[in-house]
Amino acid sequence: MTQGRNPTILEVFQQQGLSRRAFLQFCAATASLLALPAVRAAELPAKLGAMPRPTVIYLSFQECTGCLESLTRSFSPTIENLIFNTISLDYNDTLQAASGDAAEAAREDAMRKAAGKYVLIVDGAIPRLQDGAYCVIGGKSALDSLRHAAEGAAAVVAVGTCAAFGGIPYAAPNPTGAVPVQDLVGNRPVINISGCPPIPEVITGTIVYFLSFGVPELDVHRRPLMFYGNTIHDRCYRRPFYDKGLFAKTFDDEGARNGWCLYELGCKGPVTYNACATTKWNNGTSFPIESGHGCLGCSEPNFWDGGGFYRPLSSGFWHGNVGAELGGAVAAGAIIGAASAYAARHRQKATSGDK
Amino acid sequence: MDLLNIARGPALQWSLVVFAVGVVWRLAGILLLARKPDYTEPRSTNTWGGAVRMIVSRTWSKREFLDRTAFAQTIGYVFHIGLAIVVFGFVPHILFIRSLTGLGWPGLPSGIIYVTGALTLAALAAALVRRLTNPVLRLLSNVDDYFSWLVTVAPVATGLVAVAHLGARYETLLAVHIFSVCLLLAWLPFGKLMHSFLVFISRGTTGALLARKGASI
Repeated sequence: MTQGRNPTILEVFQQQGLSRRAFLQFCAATASLLALPAVRAAELPAKLGAMPRPTVIYLSFQECTGCLESLTRSFSPTIENLIFNTISLDYNDTLQAASGDAAEAAREDAMRKAAGKYVLIVDGAIPRLQDGAYCVIGGKSALDSLRHAAEGAAAVVAVGTCAAFGGIPYAAPNPTGAVPVQDLVGNRPVINISGCPPIPEVITGTIVYFLSFGVPELDVHRRPLMFYGNTIHDRCYRRPFYDKGLFAKTFDDEGARNGWCLYELGCKGPVTYNACATTKWNNGTSFPIESGHGCLGCSEPNFWDGGGFYRPLSSGFWHGNVGAELGGAVAAGAIIGAASAYAARHRQKATSGDK
Repeated sequence: MDLLNIARGPALQWSLVVFAVGVVWRLAGILLLARKPDYTEPRSTNTWGGAVRMIVSRTWSKREFLDRTAFAQTIGYVFHIGLAIVVFGFVPHILFIRSLTGLGWPGLPSGIIYVTGALTLAALAAALVRRLTNPVLRLLSNVDDYFSWLVTVAPVATGLVAVAHLGARYETLLAVHIFSVCLLLAWLPFGKLMHSFLVFISRGTTGALLARKGASI
């Protein structure tokens, strides 16, 4: 049935001994995760079922492997489902059994065979200083590897805040000159899936959506709107307490235990766009705010340099010693005021002397 | 640095510096002015009492002027009290003040703040309509009046738009709101909004002078 061509995703399911019903269940779960409209949800099985498994190349650069750790904990679709049934993960230096020159040769081979069609997933920022010497894999700098791999990619998916916005390597003083993927890949569609790490279902869901329908609708930071369309604050179960003006003062006080808002403790939920409050983590168990900690804003650009995780969002983002500056301003104002009053007195005297 | 961090960082910091320089400059410049010696015999030495009486008695019009001034005074009180509630009662504002001064106090529920903000905005709009439709008031008004109105309205309007998430992303709306506050802070000492610091000083000084002359306050 599949002689002379790659098997479709549905055929791969069937080869694995899974029924068409299982495939439809997978599609239904994915459509639900993506909150697809009814028409799109109905199209999903047909599109996904008729499509050959696409080649995926997963490159890791300046990162901590947290994003891949997150991806392996996806429940819907599961990572096994994704890499055994939906995609052909042809290169990932952490998950693959091959290593050294053999692994690099396999990557080159996969990229050549699927030139112009493969999906490139990038995890981590890319250092540019010293010709990229801060991150070298198999004798090639991350900079060269990314440029080379992006040339033949149908799309580039930047997974994690480091790849999407530079993340922690990009944070001041950025000693390696790290940059995000989108700064280096100009001629290919880039989808950012930010988060430190991103929610696993958001990674897998976006990949499945891309395979079925192409590039999803993106926000100003090139993130899929279906997952990054709302702020954490707007979907937070503690939001009613914000509206009532009830705020936890410490992490273990009565208010915190009663689910009061964590805004005063530095929660960045109001300016953080992600699906944590709806999709949640660990198969929908909970998310950081539910575990009692404010949102760090990890899916936003420059979250590491935003003035402190435990400072309320509305507090001043002061540079230097603001108290000394304001003290100096008061002193300067007093001197200018005294000088202007002295000048006025002098003019008064001169005027009365004339008379 | 993104727009929000510029707004809550350097923009706010510099506008506070301008605000501090300007307010102290204006206050020192006025309070250190020479006063003409008054050689007349005082009819009352209780000048402080006169100052306080004047501050209190001028909080509302005399009965004979009430018909003509009640509307203006009412909307004036609505937006002044409204501004005070919004500025000092909204928890994010209190947290900002605490980050600057170390002083904090309990806040009000957000719903009360939103309603108060809407009433304040309506009262400010009414004040502008009155200024534009009253021929005498329009003749007396200058650029300072209209610009001071604008920089007062802007933080209220942008704040309400931000909490309602209207027209743009929340962080952009929040940045615009903070920029509008920066504009207010930078302008306040140099225009008619300086009355927020001078109102009781000027009213008290007048009261003290009238008390010395034995006038009824």
